[in-house]
Amino acid sequence: MSEVTTTLNMHQIEARATEKTTFGFWVYLMTDCVLFAGLFSVYAVLHGNTFGGPSGHDLFKLPYVLVETMVLLTSSFTCGMAMLAAQRRDRTQVLAWLGVTFLLGLTFLGMELSEFHNMVLDGNSWRRSGFLSSYFTLVGTHGLHITFGLLWMAVTCVFMIKKGLTESVLKRLTLLSLFWHFLDVIWIFIFTIVYLFGSRGI
Amino acid sequence: MKPVISEHETAHPLSLVRYVVGFVGCVVLTLTAYLLVTRSTWPQGAIVGTLALLALLQFIIQMVLFLHVTEERGSHWKLVTMGLMLSVVLILVGGSIWIMNNLNYRMTPQQIDQYMRSQDSL
Repeated sequence: MSEVTTTLNMHQIEARATEKTTFGFWVYLMTDCVLFAGLFSVYAVLHGNTFGGPSGHDLFKLPYVLVETMVLLTSSFTCGMAMLAAQRRDRTQVLAWLGVTFLLGLTFLGMELSEFHNMVLDGNSWRRSGFLSSYFTLVGTHGLHITFGLLWMAVTCVFMIKKGLTESVLKRLTLLSLFWHFLDVIWIFIFTIVYLFGSRGI
Repeated sequence: MKPVISEHETAHPLSLVRYVVGFVGCVVLTLTAYLLVTRSTWPQGAIVGTLALLALLQFIIQMVLFLHVTEERGSHWKLVTMGLMLSVVLILVGGSIWIMNNLNYRMTPQQIDQYMRSQDSL
């Protein structure tokens, strides 16, 4: 009997520790929001300062950005599917869903980099105007977050293949999924404020 | 041991339905916003308002269904930190736009330039 109660307590202690870590990570995400708020306000102030160069209306190709958005949204969904599989302790499915999420994330990043590349080739780099500086900083910072998310995802997958679905791997997965969903939340505002408003010349 | 495990698992209910509903909702909201921008002939103000509303709706859907702000124990503190974050964001973004517009409204670009030069020489 006493053995049973001690294992129960261990379990509770572990659950509480995970809860604490998750909350700590949540606080980090909230401060990251403040970072993005700073970049958004810079963009809001500078987006009209095109210095004779092109505006968002001239530059953005909305259908392309819509595909990008859908790819990221789908990756957020498949990341959720991976978490459901993790809850069932189904390692093969977790790996499969995370693999899909990784590929979608990589597609998103590739599309964004090719968009940047074409802009720079056309002479519209961050050096062109205040608008483009703030645009590249805001969207680029999001892209950098995606890059680190992908690295993190790859490392977690390697851990999972080597060690199985242990408690520590599950904890990493929980934090990773929070991070990934969070990046999609930030993208809602980039899509609306930068691309949709921009292509309407607002 | 067994009942505790199941209790532990139901304490964090992730369900397929929530993810599917969230995903479909976000796809619909994104497409609506896209079509509104590409197709509609509404006045600028109405479009801005509707787009902001659509983004806000999608934000709430993802926060609740994907990031689970409202469930799990300790969600009280999650909401408190989120409230703090939202107020900082509001002050930072709203304040910047307000001040810069005020500056634009009160001074011509030449005046701003002159003012900045005078501050420089101090």
